[in-house]
Amino acid sequence: MDLASLLLAPAFFAFDLLGLLKSIFVTPFADMAAMPDLLVQTIWEGLVSGVLYALIALGFVLIFKASGVFNFAQGIMVVFAALTLVGFHEKGVPAWLAVFLTLGVMLVLAIAVERVVLRPLVNQPDIILFMATFGLTYVLIGLGEFIFGGEPKQMIAEQLYIPRGPIDVAMLGGRVTFQKIDIAAAVIASVMIIALALFFQYTRIGRALRAVADSHKAALSVGISLNQIWVIVWFAAGIVALITGIMWGARSEVSFGLDIIALKALPVLILGGFTSIPGAIVGGLIIGIGEKLAEFYWGPLVGGGIESWIAYVIALGFLMVRPQGLFGDKIIERI
Amino acid sequence: MFYRESGQFKKTYAADMAVFPILQDRIGIAIILFVAAVIIPLFGSTFFISSVMIPFLVFSLAAMGLNIVTGYTGLISLGTGAFMGVGAFACYKLTTIFPNVNIIIWILASGFFSAAIGALFGLPSLRIKGFYLAVATLAAQFFLEWCFVRIPWLYNYSASGAIQVPQRTLFDLPITGANATPVTRYLVLLGIVVFLTWIASNILHGRIGRTFMAVRDMDIAAELMGIRLLPAKLMAFALSSFYCGVAGAVMMFLWYGGGEAADAFNIRQSFNILFMVIIGGLGSLIGCYFGAALLSAVPLILKFGFPAMGIAIGSQTAEHINHLFVGSLIIFFLIVEPHGLARLWQIMKQKLRTWPFPY
Amino acid sequence: MKPQQQIETGATLLNVENVSLRFGGVKAITDVSFDIRKGEVRAIIGPNGAGKTSMLNVINGFYHPQDGRITYRGATRSKMRPHVAASQGIARTFQNVALFKGMTTLDNIMVGRTLKMRKSFFWQLFRHGPAMAEEIEHRKFVEEIIDFLEIEHIRKVPVGKLPYGLQKRVELGRALAMEPELLLLDEPMAGMNLEEKEDMCRFILDTKEQYGTTIALIEHDMGVVMDLSDRVVVLEYGIKIADGTPDEVKANQKVIDAYLGVAH
Repeated sequence: MDLASLLLAPAFFAFDLLGLLKSIFVTPFADMAAMPDLLVQTIWEGLVSGVLYALIALGFVLIFKASGVFNFAQGIMVVFAALTLVGFHEKGVPAWLAVFLTLGVMLVLAIAVERVVLRPLVNQPDIILFMATFGLTYVLIGLGEFIFGGEPKQMIAEQLYIPRGPIDVAMLGGRVTFQKIDIAAAVIASVMIIALALFFQYTRIGRALRAVADSHKAALSVGISLNQIWVIVWFAAGIVALITGIMWGARSEVSFGLDIIALKALPVLILGGFTSIPGAIVGGLIIGIGEKLAEFYWGPLVGGGIESWIAYVIALGFLMVRPQGLFGDKIIERI
Repeated sequence: MFYRESGQFKKTYAADMAVFPILQDRIGIAIILFVAAVIIPLFGSTFFISSVMIPFLVFSLAAMGLNIVTGYTGLISLGTGAFMGVGAFACYKLTTIFPNVNIIIWILASGFFSAAIGALFGLPSLRIKGFYLAVATLAAQFFLEWCFVRIPWLYNYSASGAIQVPQRTLFDLPITGANATPVTRYLVLLGIVVFLTWIASNILHGRIGRTFMAVRDMDIAAELMGIRLLPAKLMAFALSSFYCGVAGAVMMFLWYGGGEAADAFNIRQSFNILFMVIIGGLGSLIGCYFGAALLSAVPLILKFGFPAMGIAIGSQTAEHINHLFVGSLIIFFLIVEPHGLARLWQIMKQKLRTWPFPY
Repeated sequence: MKPQQQIETGATLLNVENVSLRFGGVKAITDVSFDIRKGEVRAIIGPNGAGKTSMLNVINGFYHPQDGRITYRGATRSKMRPHVAASQGIARTFQNVALFKGMTTLDNIMVGRTLKMRKSFFWQLFRHGPAMAEEIEHRKFVEEIIDFLEIEHIRKVPVGKLPYGLQKRVELGRALAMEPELLLLDEPMAGMNLEEKEDMCRFILDTKEQYGTTIALIEHDMGVVMDLSDRVVVLEYGIKIADGTPDEVKANQKVIDAYLGVAH
């Protein structure tokens, strides 16, 4: 039964209203209870994509905190980093060296962005900087495609010692399959998040970053170099992007087709707030699990494929209730 | 020299408030309209009309729509492509169900459907602003894109999921479908675009336009001046979506002549239109034309211009270079002239007015 | 909204009774009462952070107080949206100029006429006939204000490009275009030099005389306050510490303490 036939047949619609309500509010939960192993499997799948969303969102948050720039290009930076890595390896560079070379490229990118985009646009309204990152997105797409070609590539997972293959666990009267690479992704993400949190909290640069986030001018007046800080955060976001790209690429393939998925980080940010690292994590997990559950249990009602938009609708509904996000403070408007 | 306003005194407020208060501007517009409506149809080649002029006009209309909500009212929308799609499908359904009504009426009427959908998705704009709103409009984009694929009723259950534009006539002259000549399609399109530009200019120069700009520049102050924010923002969304919807309808009916809508109205299209607006100039009607001209010309030059000069570029490479170029152009304009080509045009006119003196 | 009874000069136009406003745990205003009479210039003064701007925000409905009542023209209201306040004739200017920066002086002031413009969307589509007649009628009114404030030369300049003093003047013009009954001015002279201040004082007094507008004024320059205002209310830490004529307030020990500090 798809949406169209519902629209076309109001009589049928009225007749089967009870059945419809049942299939929305009763049947999915009954299914969940009947086959808990399937539920666990679905949640796990959601959890893993949630971790990847959270990683992209993390890159956003880093940059937003330190420079107030809403970096639309973060998703593309992930693809760009992964492509660069694979590209180097294809040229015959050993995997470990390729990683370092890619890090170098990300550093160059950070410096270039600071010089060419951020520095001339300092003091412009946020929205202008936001749009500039649209431009950056297209430059990166164009550059990446120009250098590496448009066709999808295979991530060099084995050379980077990323484990592959499934682990089957018997639980809840069934079997749940965990991919080793997904477990690895979750572990790496957690380590990286903890490392970043420590970095922000306890190092001199971390303190400077937080100062810049609070107020550019005040930070400048106590002798913090804005330009240097910007390069550092964009580089940090580049590292995050590379790691995300490796994990993501190993699960599917590396191509600019990923950019649509990268946009999923935006609802995550809305949920978590633009400045909160824990927010990015929790938001990522909510969106990841939410969309997988919705697709699996409610998707068939309307013909499937709702994964493409359900995340945005979740975020939108959430915004209407709490405009400041999950972890944001209540906004007091002043004039 | 020839661009002087000395001796032209405005004796009434009406004269001062005219859209083109300077005589030379009015002459210029008349010449442009003459060239567009007479010279081009008479002397333009089929290629020029169908591959250059028609896309340019369609994009100008879509850019105008986005500019109303983003440039004039300050609400970023990333759902332009989807709103265009709503217009295209509305027109398709209308003309299938009522084939005897003139297609031009349906093209314009389809705008009302996308206006309604646009206003619906504009509702969150009361509570959320800026980046948050941009994401909210992404919800519209992806949800509607999904509808275009998943609701077969929209494309009359055709197996390919594509729209097939039927033949429709005006005074027995086919204006859509396979038998319509490029010149007829171009003239119909030109008429629609000119008419809608005139309407947009009227709205934006009057009370409603000022309301939009007040909301854009300082929404709190606007509210304290008695402007109700929700109706103003919804009006902007509805008006904008109306233009986008008509643009989508003419894109399908007068340009593509059919095809898979999900591809034509995807998120890339939304970005494409947004870039036209940024490069052309946020908050400027003439900027929409500049932006559309530049961004629809670049891929053409890469695709046809370079091979014509003997430089071979693969179509793939051309697309890559196009991305690179457009991205750089955006950054360049935001840095050098955030108000886009429209402001450059204004500065040029100002210089011309005082030439040969600098001030 | 409609019961528009005429208020006699000298009668109470606005009455604030026991208003308290909190943001979370922070008390911005505590139990403040005062009234504004028709036709007077009423000053609200106090040290920084005393809750003066919050008080104006409460009056025109931008903040909603947790306790207390506000009676305007005999009608008591609890919650009111700012645009309703505007339609009832309350206009204001802002501490940090809140002009529409991308628009010209003329357009900014024309926005002030929005509420008075009634021609429907249909006529707006064509910008001819009734819509154009209405535009011209209001343009005439706006030109009078421009004339009154002596800003003819910057009529078509985008206000973002104007110097601060002129921006303040345009902002006053925008508020005047609403033909307000009650005009709230939030530090209209902040950051001005002596000459600009004198100009502004003249405009405020002329406004009162020419249009009969009642004015509530926040200002730090004591000389200006004492010269312009008929009555003064003094706030400190959100609490009213004095209320009366300028001379009474000047002599009040609490006010002197608030401004000069108390020896403990």
